Amino acid sequence: MIRLNGTARDDLSGGVTVAQLVAELQVPAQGRGVAVAVDGEVVRRGAWDQTPVPDGSAVEIVTAVQGG
Amino acid sequence: MNGDFVIAGRTLRSRLVLGTGGFPTLDLLAAAIEASGTELVTVALRRIDPAARGSLVDVLDNAGVDLLPNTAGCFTARDAVVTAKLAREAFDTDWVKLEVIGDERTLLPDAPELLAAAEELVADGFVVLPYTTDDPVLARRLEDVGCAAVMPLGSPIGSGMGIANPYNLTLIREQTRLPVILDAGIGTASDAALAMEHGCDGVLCASAISRAQDPEAMARAIRGAVDAGRLALEAGRIPRRRYAEASSPMDGLADLAASSPERPAFGARARPGARSRGAS
Repeated sequence: MIRLNGTARDDLSGGVTVAQLVAELQVPAQGRGVAVAVDGEVVRRGAWDQTPVPDGSAVEIVTAVQGG
Repeated sequence: MNGDFVIAGRTLRSRLVLGTGGFPTLDLLAAAIEASGTELVTVALRRIDPAARGSLVDVLDNAGVDLLPNTAGCFTARDAVVTAKLAREAFDTDWVKLEVIGDERTLLPDAPELLAAAEELVADGFVVLPYTTDDPVLARRLEDVGCAAVMPLGSPIGSGMGIANPYNLTLIREQTRLPVILDAGIGTASDAALAMEHGCDGVLCASAISRAQDPEAMARAIRGAVDAGRLALEAGRIPRRRYAEASSPMDGLADLAASSPERPAFGARARPGARSRGAS
């Protein structure tokens, strides 16, 4: 199980890469304007392909929204 | 007085920073950006919504403005620091508008958490622009830990109450060499002009523009107010005085009371029949 943006995803398990999780959320090309944290640690974009996510992790994938 | 608006070595042509929050549509946001003349706009970071329509980043790229990510919604230094790092990764910028909120109803900054987050982010190489209270002592502490500017509130975010404590704002202005950007509380153009007249280097506006009935027109109005306020500051206003100081000369004043003796000039001590009167 991976907790992806607050949702427990039983269809995802440990070992899935950050890049695969980003793709799950239909992120626009190259992930511009997108950032990822796994268990509160930011994963650099260049490392998304090579970074497996441990089972039980909380993954946050964020982007820009309008804000003050 | 130096006429440039410089933050962390970067000169900004516009002294108006635009917050993108609250615009009903991206089209209205784009129109307001154009009308405001700004070159720096804030964005927030939130979880990706696959159903979201339109790309904010594309709109901002097309407008040719730079992004200033904020840490809005963070209530702890820890959350704000991670959010700033996410923003750096997402937008390739080490600039951050640091917000650490301490109260949900007023959205006032949490001073100890703000200071801790600022110190950590500066040490990590960030250009930190902290949203702070109008407390001059906190502003000094933020300067001491290496912030690139201070952004005191005029009044709470989105309140439109203007500058609640102009005295504190002038104290902050007097004590620091950092850029001072009034952040939060602007309700309309005159508030922005007043902030600039008080010596602020810039003004950040979001709700005042985005929630106006005509955001594009208000963007134009506040742009003009920021320019006018800055010009007035540089021009040097007259001191306030308790009584009038005549702007017309007293020399050569015509003796009109002489031709209508039955109606003495107001305040004059002329009596009917008198041929002359005292000076007024």
